[in-house]
Amino acid sequence: MKQDTDMNRRRFLGQAAAAAGLAVAPGVMLYEVQARPAGEAATSKQRWGMLIDTTKCEVGCNDCVTACKTENGWGASETKSSTEQQAQWIRKVKLTDKQTGHVQSLPLMCQHCETPPCVDVCPTGASMKRADGIVLVDKHICIGCRYCMMACPYKARSFIHESLSGQKAHAPRGLGTVESCTLCVHRVDKDGTPACVESCNAKGHKAMYFGDLNDPNSEISKRLKEFGGQQIRADLGLNTGVRYQGL
Amino acid sequence: MKAIRYREIDGNSLGYFALVGILGLIVAAGGLAALYMEHNGHWVTGMTNQVVWGMPHVFAVFLIVAASGALNVASISSVFNKKAYKPLAPLSAILAVCLLLGGLTVLVLDLGQPDRLVVAMTKYNFKSIFAWNMILYNGFIAIVAVYIWLMMERKMNVYSKYAGFAAFFWRLILTTGTGSIFGFIVARQAYDAAIMAPMFVIMSFAYGLAVFMLVMMASYKWSGRELGEGTIQRMKSLLGVFIGAVLYFLLAYHLTNLYGTENHGVEAFLLVDGGIYTKLFWYGTILIGCLAPLFLIFCRFTKNSNTAIVIACILVILGGLSQMYVIIIGGQAYPMEMFPGKIVESGFFDGGVKSYTPTLAETLLGLGGFALALIMVSLAVKVLRCLPVSMADKDVDPHYKAEAK
Ligand code: SF4
Ligand code: SF4
Repeated sequence: MKQDTDMNRRRFLGQAAAAAGLAVAPGVMLYEVQARPAGEAATSKQRWGMLIDTTKCEVGCNDCVTACKTENGWGASETKSSTEQQAQWIRKVKLTDKQTGHVQSLPLMCQHCETPPCVDVCPTGASMKRADGIVLVDKHICIGCRYCMMACPYKARSFIHESLSGQKAHAPRGLGTVESCTLCVHRVDKDGTPACVESCNAKGHKAMYFGDLNDPNSEISKRLKEFGGQQIRADLGLNTGVRYQGL
Repeated sequence: MKAIRYREIDGNSLGYFALVGILGLIVAAGGLAALYMEHNGHWVTGMTNQVVWGMPHVFAVFLIVAASGALNVASISSVFNKKAYKPLAPLSAILAVCLLLGGLTVLVLDLGQPDRLVVAMTKYNFKSIFAWNMILYNGFIAIVAVYIWLMMERKMNVYSKYAGFAAFFWRLILTTGTGSIFGFIVARQAYDAAIMAPMFVIMSFAYGLAVFMLVMMASYKWSGRELGEGTIQRMKSLLGVFIGAVLYFLLAYHLTNLYGTENHGVEAFLLVDGGIYTKLFWYGTILIGCLAPLFLIFCRFTKNSNTAIVIACILVILGGLSQMYVIIIGGQAYPMEMFPGKIVESGFFDGGVKSYTPTLAETLLGLGGFALALIMVSLAVKVLRCLPVSMADKDVDPHYKAEAK
């Protein structure tokens, strides 16, 4: 089944870990996994994900968004586009409960769905999911039809409405193509952490965790096991890689 | 029935050149608009990251849907073996291909990277309904082209029936595919409905026939050939039935949507307090696009007037464009419900209804596609032998008057 529930996935994770663990001890396995040499293809051994603790996420704080802008070079480059046309890889959302008035805050970006609607609908295959669960757009074959934007339930994708210059080498962007959060794939491939998570932690908020959902010993998996985690629009059964606590 | 004689229209009257000239100007304006959009990027349009499909899609989807419907006359003659429709089958097939090409041109020119069309043609993601549609569209053009050839080549006539069957089924799948582009979008409240696909099929019948009737009546009037009452009346009644069916489906669509609580919000938006979309739905789609033409078609004071029929057809087309606007733009303007029970605010326009104001460029691009389709038909009837010399009742259906009285 594709539409794994949390339960199913954990069970699957357990089995996978057990299978892998036959040969190697968990710690060794972890080491092996993380030391994937550059140039080697991503594998389904990992499923990269993120966990966001909304109770620690401050209303009004924009550190993760700023970090992403700096890291990936969006936010200031579009001068002609209207605000509605400018790209937004990650945004802060403020929620106020209609009944109780309780206020929450959370960052929202591509949820790196396991069964991503954006990948299903893309006519050319430009919108794609790597084996390790990171969802990306191949800018070379994106024709700019925007069907993926229609299909994404989280409004996570942006279309580039004007010519851009001065981009980062690791985050190519281009007129007439679609882009979204890459989970900082360039960092992840070098054992790094996404810029948003890094800055959230560096500033001491500690509201964001990044890690391998397939590894039961990763901090993110342990936390998910202990506290649970919700998906936004779980009803769609997309099994998102980004989970929220305290939603 | 006598053998039908086909002949190209002369196409050297002042009127003909004027028509082609005006259409040509609109096509040129659309082309310039496309260049302008491509040169600058989409920031010169009203389309945004919130409302990602705009006016070009309204026109493109309308044209594609109408294309499939324009084939009706041919299908009725080949598949359902109705002789009275047979003489006009070639025109019907030609119009279908032209409308489809017009719609696809708009769609392609609106792409962020139109020059990557080759990519779209060579790299297929077979899970994508969009990719399937590209195959369906190309196949449609190929099948209908063969069909037209079989109909026009006297020796091959006997086989045209089979091609007619193929074209009929192909176009049903094609419109289902077009409707499914929206039906498959689970993310958006307004679209996620299986009824979308059959609704598009029914709409295609009405829009396509309306366009066909206009083209037919214009061709005959302006080329000075005779078009019998019988043909017009017969098609007019058929159009009435199709409009009735569209009304029924719209009703069914909104009622089934109302049945699910999670859709109450979007339904209230489209039907009651959605501003422009509500107005377009009630005045544009229902009043102008359905009720007014039904009245013109069936009211006993107007039902025998050709002018009334022409107006009815134009209204059906306007109503169709309005309905496309409501579905395509209205469906996006309504906020996506990610957090039920919460007031949502963000720096990226979450929570609120999104605004969209089409610019001249994108509207011209859409109109240009429409004009492109019509100019191709105008040229086709001049170079191809596809229009019967006479559609007078005595030539195509001598029994008409006797039956009608
Ligand atoms: S959140 Fe949207 S863009 Fe990201 S994988 Fe899911 S559907 Fe695709
Ligand atoms: S805009 Fe690009 S990535 Fe998105 S569906 Fe179209 S081709 Fe695929």
